[in-house]
Amino acid sequence: MREIRFALKKTIPIFFTYLFLGIAFGILMNSAGYGVLLSVCSALFIYAGSMQLAMVPMMASGASLLTLALMAFFINARHIFYGIGFVDKFRRMGWRYPYMVMALTDETYSILCSVEYDPGLDEDQAAFFIALLNQLYWVFGCFLGACAGKFLQFDMRGIDFSATALFLVVVVNQWRQYRSKLPFLTAGTCALGFYLLLGKDYFLIPTLLSCLAALLLLRRPIEQKEGSLHD
Amino acid sequence: MTEALYPVAAIAIIALVTWALRAFPFLLFQNRPLPATMKYLGKALPPAIMTVLVVYCLRSTDFAQYPFGLPELVSCALVVILQLTRKNMYVSIIAGTLCYMILIRV
Repeated sequence: MREIRFALKKTIPIFFTYLFLGIAFGILMNSAGYGVLLSVCSALFIYAGSMQLAMVPMMASGASLLTLALMAFFINARHIFYGIGFVDKFRRMGWRYPYMVMALTDETYSILCSVEYDPGLDEDQAAFFIALLNQLYWVFGCFLGACAGKFLQFDMRGIDFSATALFLVVVVNQWRQYRSKLPFLTAGTCALGFYLLLGKDYFLIPTLLSCLAALLLLRRPIEQKEGSLHD
Repeated sequence: MTEALYPVAAIAIIALVTWALRAFPFLLFQNRPLPATMKYLGKALPPAIMTVLVVYCLRSTDFAQYPFGLPELVSCALVVILQLTRKNMYVSIIAGTLCYMILIRV
């Protein structure tokens, strides 16, 4: 099927990121004494990289469920913003709609908001396979790390930079696509400002909220420049 | 809570919170037509979010101590230059990541 092949091509960069991060998670779970089934269930149901990596030491130290819930809220609160651009698109996707919502990770989001579909392709089907393949990579990585972690002790330090590189590539492509550079400049200013002000652990949510507010205020100049915003 | 149930409950609660966050904008506008403001945000937010994500990925870089964030800066510059000139995301990502993995080892 052309849609699957297209999705495979678009998700290759995620394959490596998810495989190695998944293995790292599986190894961590294994060494904390949690079995393969728990690792795979985490990958299937939580499906959030940094959250899963953060939860292992917390679970090992017996953190309360309330603490874990709060932690999950703060680490993953950025996901609230991801759906905003996809409400209309996902709603049209029928039985795939709930899955698309649940599978909207950083990496899937970055692919979906930058992908240019080949002409003649069933876009909804291609988007679905992009989301599905990404999760398969993640589940496979977590499974592999959990059951074969002992044999997979390569020194893969730094492989997580592939996610950074992917996001950077998306930003470069968007920079060329968007005529108004205000969204980038706003985000860069807010991010650096709050990073310097609040430090690396607390800057994310204030940054995203202030971006939201600033973009609402800048609506007129951005729409004037962009013109073709209403597709 | 029993020993065996705790990790199951922990994973369940984290999954629920994560799902709720991802579903929030969809639940908010479930069956209503999307207001024009949201359509605008749907277009204007992605480049802002992606820019923030890049900063977020680099947040643990220590610029005050050796190697002063140089591996990150050099690798990021390489990714941007390759993407601007070659326009091939695979080349940009693989070269940038390899560059980073080598630089943090020297």
